[in-house]
Amino acid sequence: MNPDDRKYTKEHEWVKIQDTTSNLAVVGITQYAQDQLGDVVYIDMPDIGSNIVHMEKMGEIESVKAVSDLFSPVSGEVTKVNGELLDHPELVNEDPYNEGWILQVILSDPQELEVLISAGEYESFVEEA
Amino acid sequence: MTSTGHFQSHYIPNTLQEQAAMLATINARSIDELFADIPVAFRNPDLNLPEPLSELEIQKELSGFAAKNRVLSSGPSFLGAGSYNHFIPSIVKALITRGEFLTAYTPYQPEVSQGTLQVIYEFQTLIANLYEMEVANAGMYDGATSLAEGVLMACRVTRRDKAIVINSVSPAYQQVIQTYCQAQGIEIATSSPSAVSPTQETACIVAQYPNFIGGIEDLEHYSELAHNSGALLVISSDPMAMGMLKPPGEYGADIVTGEGQPLGIPTSYGGPYLGLFATKQEYIRQMPSRIVGRTVDTQGRSGFVLTLQTREQHIRRERATSNICTNEALYALASTIYLSAMGKQGFRKLSELCYHKAHYAANEISKLSGYTVHDANPFFQEFVINCPVPARKINQTLLDHNILGGLDLSDSTYSELLPSNVINGMLVCVTEMNSKEDIDALVSVLKGIE
Repeated sequence: MNPDDRKYTKEHEWVKIQDTTSNLAVVGITQYAQDQLGDVVYIDMPDIGSNIVHMEKMGEIESVKAVSDLFSPVSGEVTKVNGELLDHPELVNEDPYNEGWILQVILSDPQELEVLISAGEYESFVEEA
Repeated sequence: MTSTGHFQSHYIPNTLQEQAAMLATINARSIDELFADIPVAFRNPDLNLPEPLSELEIQKELSGFAAKNRVLSSGPSFLGAGSYNHFIPSIVKALITRGEFLTAYTPYQPEVSQGTLQVIYEFQTLIANLYEMEVANAGMYDGATSLAEGVLMACRVTRRDKAIVINSVSPAYQQVIQTYCQAQGIEIATSSPSAVSPTQETACIVAQYPNFIGGIEDLEHYSELAHNSGALLVISSDPMAMGMLKPPGEYGADIVTGEGQPLGIPTSYGGPYLGLFATKQEYIRQMPSRIVGRTVDTQGRSGFVLTLQTREQHIRRERATSNICTNEALYALASTIYLSAMGKQGFRKLSELCYHKAHYAANEISKLSGYTVHDANPFFQEFVINCPVPARKINQTLLDHNILGGLDLSDSTYSELLPSNVINGMLVCVTEMNSKEDIDALVSVLKGIE
């Protein structure tokens, strides 16, 4: 089940607002994405302090069978990346919505959230796929 | 071609009926129509070739051509400049020509090619040890392409797109770097060894060790400069010198490449050779070419696998770290056998032989009037001399005495990397193949040309 406390993209990323005053958000990939990828072995994350852009490539995720681009659901400055994933990339498979988070970002344009889809919309999107 | 426009040849396996069926399927009237984009004048033109010869006749003709070559074994050679005349023990050829090994390819069915994979694994281990680096790959095409791939890799790692190449790097290597980088928007700047000034935009400093004219440069200085700017240090290094010199890894080099030819591979016409490539563990995902790893199977038995394949083109497509999969596996095997046959002590002794013979030659030449040896930089087995007359003339006289002289440095290609006081310059190379008698013969002919 996809938690409904966050927004989703059709590229299978999620973004969850952590603090509305500072516009701090956490980004990760969905349950469906990790299932399609298979065992994740490496994640190439952006540098802390770098700027990511809404729906542009922010990194790469590598599984035993493929490498895929990670798209950023929002624009903003990266304040933290999940260092645990360097040694334990399997966290993305085991717990994509919590322990398997990828990065923390300060949104530069919270309006962008409007074009993202809800958990329900994402579910029907995935069912059609 | 028949009047119906169909091909029938020994070399085309399909029949006229099959050709007609295929043409009908795509609504083409004739094979000619398939080639309509090529102007008629260029389609199957008359080539004015002589009549075909029998195998006996063609062998005679080709042997005649081959006899015009002067082979290295026909007399002493003092020519190096990137391609080196070293002894190749007969065990190398005896083993690489075994049917189980005789292929230039890395395996496409790796799991059933355990022997080949083990060879590559041992090769990687040897190369990593030689350069004192953490990891090495299965090999590249040659020294020049390895170095160019090193520049591309440094740009990927640093996410920067400017490289500084020291002008003492082989001019041929510099051209290959230029070719690899030109379409990728990577800016290459050359710099003299004393004026290297990287910025926060520099991806790497690229140097050769020993450099093209044999000199040993201060890698520690380059390493400091590079790392203070967040750039990588990329070194191309003659593996043969590693028996004596402090390896680039000890200076903190991030990527070390090399020409593997000195390790049991004949000079031929400048190829095919073998590219060596090593780096630090932290950069392994950005490393080009294939990598073999050792692992255990489900029953705990040791085995070898191609690893980190997600970097490669069959998975990553256009974003792959390189497009290499056909490499120089046969020559990687040759160098593995060569290094194993030499052993650690033998290899060290061999490096020392090259060094001492080259220094003996340099010392003898420096005593001749009209000749100067450029030894401002320490050197390994190659050095530049000033001659009293153009090097081209000296080489002609040497050939009359059945001696192959050094590289004539008068070509404008070399002007940028030579010190200004080089006049009638020649790059002399001395290896273990040159006996004291050879060197004395060289010196004696040089003496006669004052």
